[in-house]
Amino acid sequence: MSSLADGMSDHDIDTSMHHDEMHEHDSQESEQPEDLTLSERPLDLAAVRAKLQSKSGPQYWRTIEELAEDPHFEALLHREFPRQASEWDEAVDRRDFLKLMAASLAFAGLSGCKSNEQTHLVPYVKQPDGMVLGKPLFFATAMPFGADAIGVLVESHEGRPTKIEGNPDHPASLGTTDAITQASVLNLYDPDRAQTVTFAGEIRTWSAFQDAAQVMAVEMKAVSGAGFRILTGTIASPSVAEQLQYLLKLYPQAKWHQWEPAGSDGTRDGAKLAFGRYVNTVYRVEKAEVILSLDSDFLASGPGHVRYMKEFYRRRKLDQFAEAHPAGSEMNRLYVVEPTPSVTGSSADHRLPLRFMEVEQFARALAAKLGLGGSGSLSSANEKWLDAVVQDLQKNHGRSLVVAGEQQPAEVHALVHAINGALGNIGNGVYYTEPVEDNPVNNLESLRELCADIDGGKVTTLLVLGSNPVYDAPHDFDFTSKLRKVPHTIHLSTHFNETSERCVWHVAESHYLETWGDARCFDGTVTVIQPLIAPLYHTHSASEVLSAFSDKPGLSGYDAVRNRLKAANPSGDFEKFWRKTLNDGVVANTAYPPLNVTPKFNAASLPPIPAMNPGELEFLFRPDPTIHDGRFANNGWLQELPKPVTKLVWDNAALVGPNTAWNLGITHTVAARGGEHGQIVSTVVDITVSNSKVTAAGWIMPGQAEGVVVLPLGYGRKKAGYTGTNKGFNAYAVRTSNALWRATAGSESVKKTGEEYSLGCTQYHFNIEGRKILSTGTLEEYKKNPGFAHEGDETPPKTFSLYQEFKYPGYAWGMAIDLNSCNGCNACVVACVAENNIPVVGKDQVLRGREMHWIRIDRYYNANTRTNDPRTNDNDALANPETFFQPVPCMQCENAPCEQVCPVEATSHSAEGLNDMVYNRCIGTRYCSNNCPYKVRRFNFLRFQDWETPQLKLMRNPEVSVRSRGVMEKCTYCVQRINNARIESEKQNRPIRDGEVITACAQACPAEAIVFGNANDPTTRVAKLKAQQRNYNVLGELNTRPRTTYLAAVRNPNPEMEKA
Amino acid sequence: MSTRPPYNTADARPVSPILEPGHTYASVTDKISAIVLTRPTSLGWVAGFALTFTLVMVLTVSVAWLVAKGVGIWGINIPVGWGFAIVNFVWWIGIGHAGTLISAILFLLNQQWRTSINRFAEAMTLFAVACAGLFPLIHTGRPWMAYYMFPYPSTMYLWPQFRSPLIWDVFAVSTYGTVSLLFWGVGLIPDLATLRDRAVTKPKQIIYGMLAMGWRGSARHWHRYQSAYLLLAGLATPLVLSVHTVVSFDFSIAIVPGWHTTIFPPYFVAGAIYSGFAMVLTIAIPLRKAYDLEDFITMRHLENMAKVMLATGLIVAYGYYFEWFMSVYSGNKFDLYLTKMRFHGPYSHFYYALILCNILTPQLLWFRKVRTNIPALFIMSLIINTGMWLERFVIVVISLTRDFMPSAWGRYSATFWDYATFVGTLGLFTMLLFLFVRVLPAISIAEMRELVRHTSGEHE
Amino acid sequence: MDHRSHTYGVVAEFETAEQLIQAAERTRLAGYHAFEAYAPFPVEGLAEAMALKRNAVPLITLIGGLLGGLGGFFFQYWVSVIAYPLNIGGRPYNSWPAFIPVTFELTVLGASLSAVFGMLALNGLPRPHHPLFNVDRFAKHATSDRFFLCIESSDPKFSLSDSLRFLKSLNAVNVSEVEDD
Repeated sequence: MSSLADGMSDHDIDTSMHHDEMHEHDSQESEQPEDLTLSERPLDLAAVRAKLQSKSGPQYWRTIEELAEDPHFEALLHREFPRQASEWDEAVDRRDFLKLMAASLAFAGLSGCKSNEQTHLVPYVKQPDGMVLGKPLFFATAMPFGADAIGVLVESHEGRPTKIEGNPDHPASLGTTDAITQASVLNLYDPDRAQTVTFAGEIRTWSAFQDAAQVMAVEMKAVSGAGFRILTGTIASPSVAEQLQYLLKLYPQAKWHQWEPAGSDGTRDGAKLAFGRYVNTVYRVEKAEVILSLDSDFLASGPGHVRYMKEFYRRRKLDQFAEAHPAGSEMNRLYVVEPTPSVTGSSADHRLPLRFMEVEQFARALAAKLGLGGSGSLSSANEKWLDAVVQDLQKNHGRSLVVAGEQQPAEVHALVHAINGALGNIGNGVYYTEPVEDNPVNNLESLRELCADIDGGKVTTLLVLGSNPVYDAPHDFDFTSKLRKVPHTIHLSTHFNETSERCVWHVAESHYLETWGDARCFDGTVTVIQPLIAPLYHTHSASEVLSAFSDKPGLSGYDAVRNRLKAANPSGDFEKFWRKTLNDGVVANTAYPPLNVTPKFNAASLPPIPAMNPGELEFLFRPDPTIHDGRFANNGWLQELPKPVTKLVWDNAALVGPNTAWNLGITHTVAARGGEHGQIVSTVVDITVSNSKVTAAGWIMPGQAEGVVVLPLGYGRKKAGYTGTNKGFNAYAVRTSNALWRATAGSESVKKTGEEYSLGCTQYHFNIEGRKILSTGTLEEYKKNPGFAHEGDETPPKTFSLYQEFKYPGYAWGMAIDLNSCNGCNACVVACVAENNIPVVGKDQVLRGREMHWIRIDRYYNANTRTNDPRTNDNDALANPETFFQPVPCMQCENAPCEQVCPVEATSHSAEGLNDMVYNRCIGTRYCSNNCPYKVRRFNFLRFQDWETPQLKLMRNPEVSVRSRGVMEKCTYCVQRINNARIESEKQNRPIRDGEVITACAQACPAEAIVFGNANDPTTRVAKLKAQQRNYNVLGELNTRPRTTYLAAVRNPNPEMEKA
Repeated sequence: MSTRPPYNTADARPVSPILEPGHTYASVTDKISAIVLTRPTSLGWVAGFALTFTLVMVLTVSVAWLVAKGVGIWGINIPVGWGFAIVNFVWWIGIGHAGTLISAILFLLNQQWRTSINRFAEAMTLFAVACAGLFPLIHTGRPWMAYYMFPYPSTMYLWPQFRSPLIWDVFAVSTYGTVSLLFWGVGLIPDLATLRDRAVTKPKQIIYGMLAMGWRGSARHWHRYQSAYLLLAGLATPLVLSVHTVVSFDFSIAIVPGWHTTIFPPYFVAGAIYSGFAMVLTIAIPLRKAYDLEDFITMRHLENMAKVMLATGLIVAYGYYFEWFMSVYSGNKFDLYLTKMRFHGPYSHFYYALILCNILTPQLLWFRKVRTNIPALFIMSLIINTGMWLERFVIVVISLTRDFMPSAWGRYSATFWDYATFVGTLGLFTMLLFLFVRVLPAISIAEMRELVRHTSGEHE
Repeated sequence: MDHRSHTYGVVAEFETAEQLIQAAERTRLAGYHAFEAYAPFPVEGLAEAMALKRNAVPLITLIGGLLGGLGGFFFQYWVSVIAYPLNIGGRPYNSWPAFIPVTFELTVLGASLSAVFGMLALNGLPRPHHPLFNVDRFAKHATSDRFFLCIESSDPKFSLSDSLRFLKSLNAVNVSEVEDD
């Protein structure tokens, strides 16, 4: 507790006071008769000792009674604290607050005290062995996500994990992460998490649950598991899989079903079609010169996307043209065919918007052109487009890659396997391995079978691990009524959600940062998930729940993981191996080797695609770019994160192309409050698909194929928590099992209700208005004129100033952002939020134009006149515009306009060129923000920061001030990281090395688009980038001399395509 | 007198006098001091005071809520960091220009028609400056820290940042407030002595006596007094021009398109005088009616003020034209875009309303019939006051909604609390005026006596 | 001379400013030095009639203005260059053009305060009471509609009877002795 207190001191919490309060509270409570009985009960010390001996792994206890798992005491504990949890949304009075704080400290804080004697928590290599107070430790672990896991290093302040960073040694991360991984730390501290075991809504102890599970186990054993069903999501954890298989052996009649609402049955079945078996597809994006994506967002979602992004953009750095880097590979080229603009599509050199069904036509036509048989019908313009692509692919035989989208049907995946085979890409740009997920099955059929069995009365016990089928199962399955037919239902989930309230037992699930486990990533590499903190509440992992039903109840997750690893590595010094595994964050040599398989698929065998009525609307279901399938709905960071392309926050909307919107009568009005930077009032429509109706706000999406309506999943949660409940519309309500990804209906299926809805949109205006903000060109232009980025640049020469220049003789911190590498994935934004304690302001404040992100990602469209795209021939610039993203942090101008106008010196320049913001001094005139041409300053108009919720206090980075209302804030270049590096370097009497200071945004960026360092030293990466010809200033004519500069975006269009 | 005042020269047109004939020292003294000393409180006054007091309560609640919740209760956002508060600040400061201008510049120019309007014009200045001064204070995110803007030896050794126009504002507005108060106070001393000597009740005698500081009209005192008054007038003249110049620096020093322009200082000063005279008219017309001061505030005063409004209105129109011309002529893309936005953007109706109020309507003042029509003048003064408020809204808000980065563009719309605060200051201003006419002579008695001496021709 | 402890002087009342000017001039020519005229408004020509010298108010104002201006500028210079120099947006420490507005304002402030308070100080104000207020007609009319001239007993030429007679000869409406207290 004492170590925690140090960490908390930044938040003005006197923990000793809480101590006193807690005792006082205890003594008051003890006057109640219940507690008298407690003290009267004799303690069985022998039992305690026996229990102690029988336990392994970490056991944290406060009192002997608790250790002895005295059910009475545990019940008391449960009643005393977690029941209050429901009050945390509301205003908390001081006394309640102190009680809750004490409780959570008691639960959380203990982990902070134990680090030294814990032999199994191994600090990462760059940290010293013991904990030094005030110095964060980094631990390697992994965040499991579907059939993938991203290896991470978690920054821990005195036992509190606060920030997630990528693990450079992990193949799925290579040191970077994505937005969801960055935001997952908030899930740990989510005050709405389920906190205990409940039975029919009543609080129970874990041991009560274990007892009940054992009773069920005994009953099931008698009938060899008949009627016992387990429903999970995709399981990529070897130890959990082993436990599941063990249970299935124990109960031969039991069945394991899987359901991932946004999972990819097409990928699984496509592999089966092409190879006759399930395989896992791994791309080597770096090796491909030409990449064709068929509706695949492989750079932003799906297994391995962080790594793919890294590899993809490494081929677009253009270092070979910079004098400092003469070597380097040629730039790759990306073609994207997709119905709706994706993050991947925004980086395309050529992008073709096609309807969902046309994508398959396109794939068939491509296969036919490559001599794989079959045929696909395309319009003549699209045919020409395809011809150019085919030529390019064939020219790069063995050095290309075709990728199929997760939502595409199995046929497209099978075709793509065959195409990759025909192009000689297998073994080069793509290879196949054993499946990463354990027991791959068609999820839809698996769930269908479960539902049929329930209807058939064959299910008596249903154990749901993590899934939320009541919310996200196809609505024709009517899972709610299914659950009523099962006598024993057990649900494990992090939140008490839609499914939990309909199950008999609910077990609160531990966060991955509080539990032992393991996970395989996209290439098979296993990571041991190690906890950074003892469970904040009485939560348990899937492994623990599964063991409760086995004949070995009480097996801890720790033992499950270790036992499995021990069995897999019988020889050698296991302890040493264990320590190394935890230290590295990967189990050595567990990546799957490539399988020697060849696709055997005849495209001609495919049945013809039914002709599409051109007037018919296609409804596509897509996971939401920020909250995915809905599981992150209660994560405020992700809710407030602008969706990469639409820039919508806190809502989903039915996305339609511009012409379709016109036909359907969907319009936008810019609201007077907030306006283009906050509030867009949109038409509300009733969407009737598959005999079901949902009411949604429409959103016009430039670049979307006409006739396509995209319904993002994940919103409309009825029981997600304070943050996630009743936001947006529930697309699952119109999603049926026979139209899982695509439904069709006539245009009369979309009807205006006559109502309007305010959508929060952080950037509505997307024209540059001819300003020197974004510089883009093509590779040809760049080769011809490397300085194209400076055309029209009116930056005045330094000699123009009457004033003498300030000199920065020491470090001159600077940042270079490569627009060629940014696809707007948002990882930097969430990383910045986590690092800098940036508050969530909520939809209402975003509507008023007051969001607080220190780095924003601007999105601009360019009417695609260059590439002679068939879609732009109708002079409709919105049909298929080029999309560019520009991350905008503080420019740290040397001639900062903001500083000059501050009346109180609250913002001034440091000797190293940082535009410092002094919160204590700021009185909040907002003049600096008005005078900032880049509008990167953020103001605390109200008290946005949550000062009450105790969990959120644990989450804060103690190195960054928590701002209250009335002060301006902005990007600091992560000055706390600079100062940490400075202290280290000064201790060693050396200058700060290049790469020693990495800002949170640069650290998170999978594309390595953001580079930070000392611009004074010509050997640093940032100085070299700034020396490149592509480097330019935004709004240079204002003579602000920004330290953040940009490298112009260069696209690599196919010259053949331009001729076509 | 060596110079004959123009009102006595033979003019082709009949000109109404600045003081109706027949007044003596005693009658002037009686009439003006009676308003304060003997006239019973009218029902109208009580009703008016009650209404304005209610509005002051609205202001109090608004400010209390603001301090409790933060400036987020207003409509401001990023990019529009300044909204009603700064619009109101500039508007009030502008109104506050007429008083000192009438007192100082017309005094120096020996314009004797100023005599009967300078006192309440100065009072109006003070009250307008008080209302104006409130806004920069409360518009800060942490008003309780606003003292950071004043130079005082802090424990952190930090001082204000003197390159910031906001600090110039602090000095300009506080100096202007102080000097206006001094000017007003000095002018009041002889009248306070009159009130002291004519008061019948002991409390009034004591209060006015203390305020009069023992003034007894000694020639030597008058001699120094006149020196000081003349010097103050001389000092206040550049000061009055500087205040709105400095206020305009808040905008012209910043780089925001629509703000960053050198025409602002003269155009702001002209606008300030324009709105100031409009407000003097707005007050003078009901005042002369309510307290039967038609003899002292004659048609000639009203007409002269109308002429000043016409002249300054034309300067303002020239300023608008030049803003437009410079953006077109310079070809600066940011300015050009903003100019386009003024005419075609989401706030264009504000701009057109502004042109109607500030440029078109005042052209009626070319006609003598309009200038001498009291209801028309009163309505026109209200229109011009509205127009000048719109001008500040156009400058402050439209410019901020369309600055450099199109990605960050946004909009602004005021909330209930924005309006409540504005209406509250209108209440405060009017309430102070109500109090003023009840406790202090609304017209300078001493100067009126001087006028009697001139007009009676006694000295000839 | 024995009156001095009891008599402040003698005062005459006039109806018009012209009479006062003439009276003042004649009093001066009669050799009186310690006399004072009183008027309810500044009477043009009175100062000349009394041969009043140029007063010190303008000089005080000049000094105040100079102090305000120079002090203001050097204060800003000291703050920005010596006491706590900060790099503000790349502007030089001594950004003197930016210091002009405050310098100007402080000049005006210093001059105005000096003018007003210098004037009050030279006039010996505030002075709540004065022997002349003992004269009933003076207290009633001096600040309203009548003009007064008072020869003070401190004048070497002062003698109660002579001075009273002299004042009467000036066509005064009223003449009376002013008691000292």
